[in-house]
Amino acid sequence: MRMTRLIGAALSRAMAGLGRSAFTATVAIGLLGGALAPSTVRADASDDVVAKFSTDRFPDTEKAIQDLAASGLATGPAMLDALNANQLYFDPASKGVYFTNAAGELIVARTGSKAEGVAQARLKKVRLNNSVRGAMQAAQGALSLMSPDPAKRLVGAESVFKSRDPASLPAVEMALKAEKDAKIRRAFEQARAAVIASDKSQDELNRLEALDFIKERGDQDAASLLSTISAANDGRVKASAEEGARAIQSRLALWAHVQNIWYGLSLGSVLLLAAIGLAITFGVMGVINMAHGEMVMLGAYTTFVVQEWIRSHNPALFDYSLFIAIPLAFVFTGFIGVIIERCIIRFLYGRPLETLLATFGLSLMLQQAVRSMFGANNREVGAPAFMSGAFEFGALSITSGRMWIIVFAIAVFVGLLLLLRVTPFGLRMRAVTQNRRMASAMGVDTNRVDALAFGLGSGIAGIAGVALSQIDNVSPNLGQSYIIDSFMVVVFGGVGNLWGTLVAALSLGIANKFLEPIAGAVLGKILLLVFIILFIQKRPRGLFALKGRAVEA
Amino acid sequence: MSLAKDNPALTSSVLYLDGVCVSFDGYKALRGLSLTLEPGEMRAIIGPNGAGKTTMMDVITGKTRPDEGEIYFNGLHDLTKLDEPSIAELGIGRKFQKPTVFESHTVEDNILLALKAPRSAFATLFGAAPADERERIDRILETTRLKDHRARMAADLSHGQKQWLEIGMLLAQDPKLLLVDEPVAGMTDAETAQTAELLREIAKDHSVVVVEHDMTFVRDLGVKVTVLHEGAVLAEGPLDVVSADPRVIEVYLGR
Amino acid sequence: MQLDLQGKAPFLDARSRIFLAVLAGAATLVPILFLATPASSFLHMPAYLVALFGKYLCFALLALSLDLVWGYCGILSLGHGAFFSLGGYAMGMYLMRQIGTRGVYANPILPDFMVFLNWKELPMTWWGFSSFSYAMLMVLLVPGILAFCFGWFAFRSRVTGVYLSIITQAMTYALLLAFFRNDMGFGGNNGLTDFKDLLGFNVQADGMRAALFSISAIALGIGYLIARAVVTSKFGKVLIAIRDAESRTRFIGYRVETYKVVVFTLSAMMAGVAGALYVPQVGIINPSEFSPANSIEAVIWVAVGGRGTLVGAALGAVLVNFAKTWFTGALPEFWLFALGLLFILVTLFLPKGIVGTMSGLTIWPRRKPPQARPQPTPAE
Repeated sequence: MRMTRLIGAALSRAMAGLGRSAFTATVAIGLLGGALAPSTVRADASDDVVAKFSTDRFPDTEKAIQDLAASGLATGPAMLDALNANQLYFDPASKGVYFTNAAGELIVARTGSKAEGVAQARLKKVRLNNSVRGAMQAAQGALSLMSPDPAKRLVGAESVFKSRDPASLPAVEMALKAEKDAKIRRAFEQARAAVIASDKSQDELNRLEALDFIKERGDQDAASLLSTISAANDGRVKASAEEGARAIQSRLALWAHVQNIWYGLSLGSVLLLAAIGLAITFGVMGVINMAHGEMVMLGAYTTFVVQEWIRSHNPALFDYSLFIAIPLAFVFTGFIGVIIERCIIRFLYGRPLETLLATFGLSLMLQQAVRSMFGANNREVGAPAFMSGAFEFGALSITSGRMWIIVFAIAVFVGLLLLLRVTPFGLRMRAVTQNRRMASAMGVDTNRVDALAFGLGSGIAGIAGVALSQIDNVSPNLGQSYIIDSFMVVVFGGVGNLWGTLVAALSLGIANKFLEPIAGAVLGKILLLVFIILFIQKRPRGLFALKGRAVEA
Repeated sequence: MSLAKDNPALTSSVLYLDGVCVSFDGYKALRGLSLTLEPGEMRAIIGPNGAGKTTMMDVITGKTRPDEGEIYFNGLHDLTKLDEPSIAELGIGRKFQKPTVFESHTVEDNILLALKAPRSAFATLFGAAPADERERIDRILETTRLKDHRARMAADLSHGQKQWLEIGMLLAQDPKLLLVDEPVAGMTDAETAQTAELLREIAKDHSVVVVEHDMTFVRDLGVKVTVLHEGAVLAEGPLDVVSADPRVIEVYLGR
Repeated sequence: MQLDLQGKAPFLDARSRIFLAVLAGAATLVPILFLATPASSFLHMPAYLVALFGKYLCFALLALSLDLVWGYCGILSLGHGAFFSLGGYAMGMYLMRQIGTRGVYANPILPDFMVFLNWKELPMTWWGFSSFSYAMLMVLLVPGILAFCFGWFAFRSRVTGVYLSIITQAMTYALLLAFFRNDMGFGGNNGLTDFKDLLGFNVQADGMRAALFSISAIALGIGYLIARAVVTSKFGKVLIAIRDAESRTRFIGYRVETYKVVVFTLSAMMAGVAGALYVPQVGIINPSEFSPANSIEAVIWVAVGGRGTLVGAALGAVLVNFAKTWFTGALPEFWLFALGLLFILVTLFLPKGIVGTMSGLTIWPRRKPPQARPQPTPAE
């Protein structure tokens, strides 16, 4: 703390000596220009600044750091980084100062060029203690306010905001004048406001104005700053800070809920994807398919194979890999589904418990088959450009991948709904599931419809696998982690009701994310399972149950 | 409740339904059904498909809860508040439309399970068989003409025999009221006649409600008839009177 | 099962007698071959085989308990692996308390993993487990009470068929997750292991192995007798009635939910005993025993042997596990293929299982009556 004040004092002294604009111009040119061009523009001055590091005494080192910060020497940041890493050296004989860079090369601190013919054994390390380290961090903050890298300037502003050291005020003011980027300007303004608002020696009106800047910032840091200020002050400043802190806290609490809902929707969309195929095979056809999870797994492996092919044949297509994988996964798993239906399930209609066992056996075989072909380890499935990255929405940070998965889940759901509602196949399928004999009498080929419906459910599981490959480990066990959840979703939503599946998936996802902070992830999941178990016992037919005599049959 | 208790039609009846309504997803299966059965009476219920005959059976035996209306047994038990086993224990037996016997039990075991005896898990696990058990089973097998088939699996019986076995199980329960749903569906003429005879015999010391489509069979029974239509009573009286009713002819008999 | 003229199945029919005789033979012969023959002898049975066969017997008891609910009452429980594991944990907790100061941290009260987690005192769930009789009571009560509560809710709300199967599986899954947690206090991931003594005798000693084997055989025998007594009683007839026509059973006045809860609880307790005997023989119990796949695997043992036959369930458990042992030794890659195929083939082609098919007369309902329908007797 003491040290940073000293740097500030040095800067203010320098400022007082020069005309304000002249100083700004000089420093700005010095810092920016110097930083951009690793040259020896001000060789004489820099010699002096650098040489001060050749000392064994901590107070001298601190002083050297402050001077370095004020000098704006091009190699300054690199020197401070080296110091931080214990890699700043001096030669007691020649007073030359050196550091080693990331590549391990010895660099002359003054020029930034490689040191030739210097025996490293003769060099001594510049020593650090806690107060030197403090001075160094403050200097890094002040230096970074003028850094050519916008990201570093932001970080600098942030560190001033947190330290709120009155001594850094001149540096902030100076940086603010030179700054062009609106976002960084705001950060500087907030940093300045933080300093002014905390400084009791400032004029009250100034401080109140500063508080408004902090309130505008509105995040957790602002809230804690405001409550610190309100605790340390009286009168109007206290009242204003207190009110601001409260307002921010309640707004943040609201955003936290929004964030939870978003995470919940994201989890819910994953559940929806996993369960939606099951809603066809189990919900509509009444077939218990324990190998459903393996269909999802096969879809994920299809993505893997597609990406492998693209990598080795046509890397340019990588960003389109998912669009290629989706139809392939649908066709592949759908085809396997048809085979399963024709070879196994059709012999077991009306015997759900046997179907459960046979399909479980099938799931074991599919897992083992994949394990034998691809190995038991996780397979790397990459994310195309549009799936990676994130953007801000209010106080939310939204990852593109998650967002597209939600969109995709909804699209699959709507697509399936339309398929069942408006296409002839959907009509036939509903006819067969409602009254098999009547449908048969009306000329519907019920065998064909059964096989295709099962294929449809499996195919949807496959495209769910494509999406899930983006967020989960692609391994032979992928399916197992979804099967119980999927059944829970379908049963909870009410069998035979697609809308129920949608509502169940999303509400379970959201409930899970709200339980997690309270109970922890695993316990939250257990609680949810217990809740569903109890719920099913209360309403055995789910949220949106069909009533009446027909369901009893 | 107290109002209902003062109602003489209720207190003297074995079965009393008043204003019973049931709906499934908006479809009204029963709309204000009212019916009174005297002790010892046999009643035939007829009506076209969807008239609410089976639903009526369901609400009496506790399978379905009515949305509104009163159902009393023997003038004092409110059946809308009880579940199936409790209603069965009060003495109401039911025979389903589709014969439902325990297929992997022998004929004798089917009767044994239905035989009036303590129903608790404790009694069936540890209790000794009553001394007259065998005798009672024999009597029922005799009545239902299944004596020669006692050791056969129920699954192996003919359709008619299954119907009789089910009636035998009803008798074994020794209920005060029997509800019989289409007992002669799918039977040959000879079987039908025998069944009518069997039911008349049973009606001597039981109250019986028979739901049936088969007019000849209803005529054979020769009892009071209630015609259901769209979940309510359309007409009631002797078959000849009822079948002359123009409304009945229109909805049911005429076509 | 042979039916006599009256249609009454005797309590101990021929099949039961053969089964019990085989068990009695094994219970005496295996310890003799193991302990009393020299290691060089052709007849000598090595220790690993005794432990292996003992394990099979525990699985057979688990299968028997499952057959009682599935074969006779139509309740396909996918939660029996959980009851088995709970019994196993109860036994494991007793064995952990017996380690005493011989653990790595030599804490006389706390098991090693608790010391490792920096726990200061024994959690309440562990109280009393230093007593053998208390632990044995828990072996019965913990699975029993869970099954009772679960069944009471499920059966009263008339959750049946696959819905019941799915929620029993969810129950198992929830327990699996719970037991993986360290703060549950059951050893988390690693479970309970490094056992030393059982009733003061070393669990690794030959004598103990032989005794555990014989006790497993006797437990299986007693379990069989209990199951047999249940299914041949009138109670058992009601169970079958429920399996075949649940709502009909209700209409003739039986409280179906009570019957189901009773048999489910009884069966869970048998599974718990099986687990308790299993743990000292394999020397470890960990949360993976709760994995839902284990419960389904137990179902296939019953299906292979023949559900609703009791003997078949035990036989199926031994056969499938023998196959598993062989495959995992000789062709480990193919075991899951073989098991998966077994599931499919048995359900498609051998629905009555080995015993049911061999005896030709099973109490499981037939799809088609074998004889032509006899004409009704003519009227007099």
